[in-house]
Amino acid sequence: MNETAHIEHRDYTGAKLGMWLFLFTEVLLFGGLFLLYSVYREVHSKDFHTAAAELGTTIGAINTVVLLTSSLTMALSIAALRRGAKNRSLVLQAATILLGLAFLVNKYFEWSEHIHHGYYPASPELLARGHGEVLFFGLYYVMTGIHGIHVLIGMGLISFMMAFTLTGRVSSNDFIKLENTGLFWHLVDVIWIYLFPLFYLIT
Amino acid sequence: MEGDRELHITATRTYVAVWVGLLALTALTIKAAELQLGALSMAANLLIASSKASLVLWFFMHLKYEKRVLKVMLLVPIATLTIIIGLTFFDIWYR
Repeated sequence: MNETAHIEHRDYTGAKLGMWLFLFTEVLLFGGLFLLYSVYREVHSKDFHTAAAELGTTIGAINTVVLLTSSLTMALSIAALRRGAKNRSLVLQAATILLGLAFLVNKYFEWSEHIHHGYYPASPELLARGHGEVLFFGLYYVMTGIHGIHVLIGMGLISFMMAFTLTGRVSSNDFIKLENTGLFWHLVDVIWIYLFPLFYLIT
Repeated sequence: MEGDRELHITATRTYVAVWVGLLALTALTIKAAELQLGALSMAANLLIASSKASLVLWFFMHLKYEKRVLKVMLLVPIATLTIIIGLTFFDIWYR
C-alpha cells in the first residue's frame, strides 16, 4: 500500500522549466546582437556584402555539419541512458565533447586565417576599408566568439555529466541533469544555425 | 496522459531521420545562397534556418512531448525579439 513512498519525488517539470527560462535569457542575449546585425546590415548593405565575401563557406559548412552531428549524439546519449545502456551513453557523451572540440579547432584555424590576412578588430587593414566592413567583422568576432565560449561551457558541462554517469549520480532513474545539459547544447546548435547563413552565406 | 508523454523515449531512427533532414536543409541553404537571389536571399536563408531550428527544438529538445505551457512560453522570447527588431526597423525606415 505504501508503494509510492519508496519512489523518490523528482520535479522534472520544474527542473526543465527553470532550464528553459535560462535558455530564454540566452535567446535574448544573442537577440540583442542579432538586432545590431540586422540594423547595421540595413544601413551598410554594400559594405556587409563585400565583407561577407571574405568568409569562406567551406569551414562554416563543415562546422555546421559537426555541430548538427553533435546534437544527434547528445540526443542519443540521453535516450541510451534512459534505456539503461550506461556505456553506450558514455561513448555518445564523449563523442559529443569531441565534436565540440573539432568545432573549436576549426574555429581556431578560421580565425587564424582572418588574422593572418589582417582582419581583426582595429587592424590597419580593416580600418582602411569601409565603416560597415569594420562593423561586420566586429559583429562576426563578438557573435561567433560568444557562441564559441558557449560551446566550451557545453563541453565542460558534458564532462561533468560523464563523471556523474560513471558515479551513478546521473542514471536511468535520475537523468534530468543530462537532459538539461542536452537542452543547453541544442540551444547552442540553434544559435549556430542562424549565425551560419547570416555571416557565411548571405552576401 | 501528460505524465506518460514526459516519459517518452524517442526512437533512434527518429533522431537519425531528423539529423538527415537537418543536413539536407544545410545543403539547401548553401545552394540557395549560391543562386544569388538578391533581396530574396535573406528571406530564403532565414526561412531555411528557422525550419532547422524548429526541427532541433521539436525533436532534439523534446518540445513535442512537453506540456502546452512550455510551448506557449517559448512564444514569449520569440515575440519579444520580433517586436524589438520590428519596431527598430520602423524607426530606421521612417525616421
